[in-house]
Amino acid sequence: MKICVLVKEVPDAAVEKRIDPSTGRMDRSGEKNLNPYDTHAIEAAMQIKEGGAVPVEEIVAVTMGPESAVRALHKAVSLGADRSVHLTDAALAGSDVAATGYALAKVLESEQPDLVLLGQQSDDGECYTIGAVVADHLKMPSLTQVIKMDVDGGALRCERQAEYGYDTVQVQLPAVISVGDAINEPRYPSLKAIMGAKKKPLDTKASGDVGIDGSLVGADGSRVDCGEFKAPPAKAAGKIIEDEDTNETVEQIVAWLDERKLI
Amino acid sequence: MGNILVYVLHYEGAFNKNSLGAVSEGAKLAGELGVECDAVVVGGADLTNDLCATLGSYGAKKVYKAEGAEGLAQPVIDVMAKVIDDNGHSYALFGGGLLGFEIGAGLAARKQAGVTMEVTGVNVEGGKLVAERPILGDSQISVSKYRGDLGIIIGRINAFEVKETGGGAAEVVDVAVEYSPWSNQATMVQRGEQRGADVNIEDADILVAGGRGLGKAEGFQLCEDLAGAFGGAVAATRAVVDAGWYPYAAQIGQTGKTVAPKLYLAAGISGAIQHKVGMQASENIVAINKDANAPIFEFSDLGIVGDLNKILPKLTEAVKAKKGA
Repeated sequence: MKICVLVKEVPDAAVEKRIDPSTGRMDRSGEKNLNPYDTHAIEAAMQIKEGGAVPVEEIVAVTMGPESAVRALHKAVSLGADRSVHLTDAALAGSDVAATGYALAKVLESEQPDLVLLGQQSDDGECYTIGAVVADHLKMPSLTQVIKMDVDGGALRCERQAEYGYDTVQVQLPAVISVGDAINEPRYPSLKAIMGAKKKPLDTKASGDVGIDGSLVGADGSRVDCGEFKAPPAKAAGKIIEDEDTNETVEQIVAWLDERKLI
Repeated sequence: MGNILVYVLHYEGAFNKNSLGAVSEGAKLAGELGVECDAVVVGGADLTNDLCATLGSYGAKKVYKAEGAEGLAQPVIDVMAKVIDDNGHSYALFGGGLLGFEIGAGLAARKQAGVTMEVTGVNVEGGKLVAERPILGDSQISVSKYRGDLGIIIGRINAFEVKETGGGAAEVVDVAVEYSPWSNQATMVQRGEQRGADVNIEDADILVAGGRGLGKAEGFQLCEDLAGAFGGAVAATRAVVDAGWYPYAAQIGQTGKTVAPKLYLAAGISGAIQHKVGMQASENIVAINKDANAPIFEFSDLGIVGDLNKILPKLTEAVKAKKGA
């Protein structure tokens, strides 16, 4: 089995996220990290490989993004991927979720994986829809927000929480599965793995290398134009108590509740 | 300009509340655009013509009905693509939820259409629909305009209010669809399994909700003690329900319950959007979290930055003392 894991570089949670007013796009400068949800996808791939139910020949990390996105690939490799593919092209900048999914699908077509894994959402744009876009282009069955996944012959038995409770779904391979963070506890990379990550093969590809139709990507190829922003309705800031003396804090809470006749 | 097509989810013979809200919203927008609002349903024998026709009272003119697998997105993509191809709808609208996201995104890929998710408001501008989506922890609103023949709008749950328009029965139109091979490659083994005890949180005036910050399943005892002192109930986040710490029936948020109690006390909950959508209508929100940067402090009325293990037991005692007084 060959597994491709889609990963993404996102602003570090500790860095304040903002829209660049000159471009109307997310300001992706500043500290970057591998999307935390994607570490669960890599771990899920590693657990299939180590589980032994099916031989896994290769785990390939795939990303789309500017030059700096290489760091997300290095992190993915340090967590267990065997090699990585970086789709990078100025023509892709400003792609919406549908265009991004199309471009990633073209990379995946060239890799021919048996299973595509990704994190259920990203920490920045919260685009937890990319798996469904990729799956439709690849003509593969797909499921998102999976929290348990077992290999069952040529299929996966997946569990997830949906609108009416927990669903169990049998998905034939090849398939596109996005995983939730409850699926596993990602491992920490060893120092050796971190040091070795930069030595693992990394293919850099431009749009033309994987047959991407330039009219379907980038800001001009996207079907949603979201260059306009406005402020949400203002909400009065709540009161904040820093707990230093817990007895005093509790007194304040009780007084606050009492004022509002909540006790 | 074509009509608006709304996907309506159902389970065991009842329509989903968020889907009904989307039909109401679609009907309102169709009125402003001078077009009609249609609905699409996919399922089995519980989708009777009589049931489907009731969507007319929320504003649907036609209900396209296809026989197919329930609870999975890809068969619905096939059905909606066919209905749109045959009838030239200009917009597809979803009430949100897990399936809405999957179907809407897959449909965008299939039809080379623009898609916007987590939408909280839709307006008509220049004879077209424009979608508003809060981003970056709801600190800004991004405005989406659509290019091309089809625009896809996926609402945030509870964004669209359910309104009966007094319309008559909708016309039910059977749709025959040849499903894509990959749509038949996922099969539902079991749907809607309830995990954990059946608890009622929707009627409680006071809810004490616990999240991952409780540290372990046993941490919920602190919430139960405080809820007991208040005479309220205990709720939970998706993260801890998925981890098996607390029953699914107590879960707040996107794939759980929506509540609006007099007091919502969140302990060890960071306040992700998926949680916020299920509880933001609460009258008073109190949050206890050790991380001063937790998003929940952005929308709580009273926030306490501190260790819940220290605060909750003392608060429980204080509430008991106050009530006894």
